[in-house]
Amino acid sequence: MHPVTVFLADNSWINFDVSAFKELFWNNTFDGLAYGAIYSLIAMGYTLVYGVLRLINFAHSEVFIVGAYAVFFTLSFLGFGPFDPQISVLSLVGDLLLACIAAMLVSGVVAVLLERIAYRPLRRRNAPKLAFLITAIGASFAIQYLIELWRGPSAEQAVIMFQPQPVFTVFGANISNQQITIFVAAILLMVVTDTFINRTRFGRGIRAVAQDPDTATLMGVNKERVIMLTFLIGGLLAGAASLFYIMKVPAGVQYNGGFNLGIQAFAAAVLGGIGNIRGALLGGMLIGLIGNYGQTLLGASQWSQVIAFIALVVILMFRPTGILGESLGRARV
Amino acid sequence: MTAQTQTEPVRQHQESSIRRFRNWWNSLPRPQQWVGVLPIVVLIYLLPVLNPPGLTTEPNVNFPISMYHAAVLVLVAIGLNVVVGQAGLLDLGYVGFYAIGAYVAALFTSKDSMLHKLPYLATLPLAMVVTMFFGLILGTPTLRLRGDYLAIVTLGFGEIVRLLATIIPALRGTVGFSGIGHPPGTQADGQPIFSVSNGTPWYWLAVTIIIVILLFVGNLERSRVGRAWVAIREDEDAAQMMGVPTFTFKLWAFAIGAAIGGLSGALFAGQNGFQNNQDFGVNFSVLYLCAVILGGSGNKVGVMIGAFIVSYIPDRFNFLGSQKYLVFGVALIVLMIFRPQGLLGARQRLLARGRTAYLRLVGKPEQLSSDSALTPEKGGGA
Repeated sequence: MHPVTVFLADNSWINFDVSAFKELFWNNTFDGLAYGAIYSLIAMGYTLVYGVLRLINFAHSEVFIVGAYAVFFTLSFLGFGPFDPQISVLSLVGDLLLACIAAMLVSGVVAVLLERIAYRPLRRRNAPKLAFLITAIGASFAIQYLIELWRGPSAEQAVIMFQPQPVFTVFGANISNQQITIFVAAILLMVVTDTFINRTRFGRGIRAVAQDPDTATLMGVNKERVIMLTFLIGGLLAGAASLFYIMKVPAGVQYNGGFNLGIQAFAAAVLGGIGNIRGALLGGMLIGLIGNYGQTLLGASQWSQVIAFIALVVILMFRPTGILGESLGRARV
Repeated sequence: MTAQTQTEPVRQHQESSIRRFRNWWNSLPRPQQWVGVLPIVVLIYLLPVLNPPGLTTEPNVNFPISMYHAAVLVLVAIGLNVVVGQAGLLDLGYVGFYAIGAYVAALFTSKDSMLHKLPYLATLPLAMVVTMFFGLILGTPTLRLRGDYLAIVTLGFGEIVRLLATIIPALRGTVGFSGIGHPPGTQADGQPIFSVSNGTPWYWLAVTIIIVILLFVGNLERSRVGRAWVAIREDEDAAQMMGVPTFTFKLWAFAIGAAIGGLSGALFAGQNGFQNNQDFGVNFSVLYLCAVILGGSGNKVGVMIGAFIVSYIPDRFNFLGSQKYLVFGVALIVLMIFRPQGLLGARQRLLARGRTAYLRLVGKPEQLSSDSALTPEKGGGA
């Protein structure tokens, strides 16, 4: 045979493992939903900022990873480490809440600072869109390598919050308490955010600015404050997401650990329709599921990202505004 | 207020002397400009041999090899400038094309690959063809999207290429390909001229390729294609209205940029002699972008200077280490706030004949547009 055909025909390119895919289908589904919940939370940050400013906040992944560092430090301080902590449920919940609040605060503050330092001067100068995007990339790198300067390039020690225990079985797949915690808590946070945007006065301000910044300003909405609030909400959600992420991946605290997650979350936001809060939820879940299926089908964890991206490109080809369409302004008509 | 009025005349004076030089330079016919540039080109060729004491990166980094890396980055920046600077498409996955080029060179010349062996120099055009093909594949679905979607999809593409290099067994992950080929020719002692340790011949090869590519890209810029790119960059909707087939020209920019990226990747792999999946992170794409933005997106001379700075500074001051990403990340933020057009802004000039015709008609030298997609919008600074 011709060497080229040998080269392409043998199994050294791509393997499909259909039997593993069938066997692990439900496991992957439930785990994918847990990951999807995390993606959705991060995707909300992208979507909110995009809805209001029409800006891809590239540095949002760094807002997330800063939160993860806050979780790491809080939990380390509270005595957690790379072992199963033997403490009562009540004190565990207390500790996790503390870590969650710390992460949300740190991420929220970083997000607002980012807006103040990097984006506001550009808005003052009426800078073109490309300048915002490049600034965002610059900020993302600056934060990443500031962390690297401070903590070094290797990942932090793992902090295990609790060992996942199977609670019940559905379709032959175990559902662990960890998956339930992540999924329920994340959905709860998203419902709260959705209600906040759709039902409160502040939320109305955000929707008004998203719809038409100039008219909103004329109607007495403080645009700068709305923008700050948007960054703050995105940061808070990213902080919460970082807690769930560390719960799932205890050794995931690394200076560049947020980057890939951020890309996936952004893909999720675009998939659902960027600027659309419920779209972020849907997109996050889809990316979580697709990634998990692809990973088992093709046999390496890195495939999840590849598949997620191919899915993104394919959907954008047929529906350039994402599945649910993009509009924060018309979230509630 | 008073400070402003005092500095204003000084700045005007400085600008006018620069402008006078520029007008004088632009008024020269092209052959004379070439003669004027010749000594600079000779000097550039002689750089690794001269090894000027203030400029040298030794003892930390071998100077000719450092210069070679700078030359490769200059080539990358020229290619990325076609995409970002000329056509105004933000491509964050440029390292993907670079990686594909490097892998083409590796797959067809390394002893570790099962493929047919080709002479190294033949892999350079092959790398261009292959990456151009990938550029078309990536561009066709995504260039219909809005600008910011393009950025994220290209970013994903760059990551996908890196990940595929890791997870596809035939691409050998971190083990990589060793013994990548080099151009033919041996020295008197039987050693190959183009060896891994000697950067000078590689540098000369790279500079020669850069000059060829510059001629090619420069002619493209002054052609109908280049005018279409500028039109798209300044206002895509208006360009479409005026009958510019924007999608086709964006795709062209993308494919040509990709081909140049692939060429530089293949060049890099050749001198390196070894290729694995470690050199293609997103941070490289950002570094390339920084080179283009720093020098002045849309200005060939500018992006070359920018690329040289981005490559040379970490070699010269090597205590920077990985902190170069921090430095260049901050540089991007600061540049966008204070000088978004980069060191040299984008300029679109008429040809020498057009200039004389313009001068005859208008009675004064052409007004250079320093507009680029990055200069602040005029008026209405709320």
